[in-house]
Amino acid sequence: MHPQTIELGNSGDLLRARLAARAMAKQIGLGVMDQTRFATAVSELSRNALVYAKGGCCELRDFSDQVQIRLQAEVRDRGPGIVDLQRALSDGFSTSGSLGAGLPGTQRLVDHFDIQTGTAGTVVCIQIVRRRRT
Amino acid sequence: MRVPLLRLNAHTLIVPLHADVDDEGVLSFQSDLTGRVSADQVTGVVIDVSALDVVDSYMARVLNDTACMVRLLGACVVVCGVQPAVALTLVEMGRNLVDVPTAFNLERALVKLEQLVVATNAGDPRTGAPDASADD
Repeated sequence: MHPQTIELGNSGDLLRARLAARAMAKQIGLGVMDQTRFATAVSELSRNALVYAKGGCCELRDFSDQVQIRLQAEVRDRGPGIVDLQRALSDGFSTSGSLGAGLPGTQRLVDHFDIQTGTAGTVVCIQIVRRRRT
Repeated sequence: MRVPLLRLNAHTLIVPLHADVDDEGVLSFQSDLTGRVSADQVTGVVIDVSALDVVDSYMARVLNDTACMVRLLGACVVVCGVQPAVALTLVEMGRNLVDVPTAFNLERALVKLEQLVVATNAGDPRTGAPDASADD
């Protein structure tokens, strides 16, 4: 499937990212539970980009082959970066008055989670990987 | 698009959240609802989330906060129609993301709401009714 990029500038874009994520997950053959996991994870990360970095972009890519389905979302922003990454990844920590379940929660929803952050911005890459049913 | 607040009877509101509600819509829903509950002295609110196929931690927080606000005003809240996939992601993301009374569907939510309202009134010493410990 072709990669898709969604620019994140306002909360309407969050909705578009979420819908695109679910549509792509469905199209490449993931079940309803995994579609929801992926769409929820994309929603969390996109919201972070919007709230903490005033926007960014979300890129959805399909890396599936004959053996497995591998769906990736990469959300990048040019924000100030996360000062204390370890704390941001721990449960119940939030600088914005939310529940603090965003990043650790997202991590639990997906199979691969990679985050790089610095003063030039933050890039979070997640993947859902499933063996194809024969 | 605004979230509709449906008046079922003199003291009950039904609030169906639609799938494409954005963050601004969610915030106006919160102020619309608390305003209505207070102005109309509603005693019970059912929030129907069956149309939501994704509930992220922000939406979960909004639901919790809204329920708290409505309870502070003096009304009871039941959330109904949580989809199985949504329940799964919420639990996987973290415990206690949604901490409100829930029901399968609107019909059961209304029954539960009525019980909650009765129990709340019974527990209120000012009504002169037997207190909550007399229940069950």
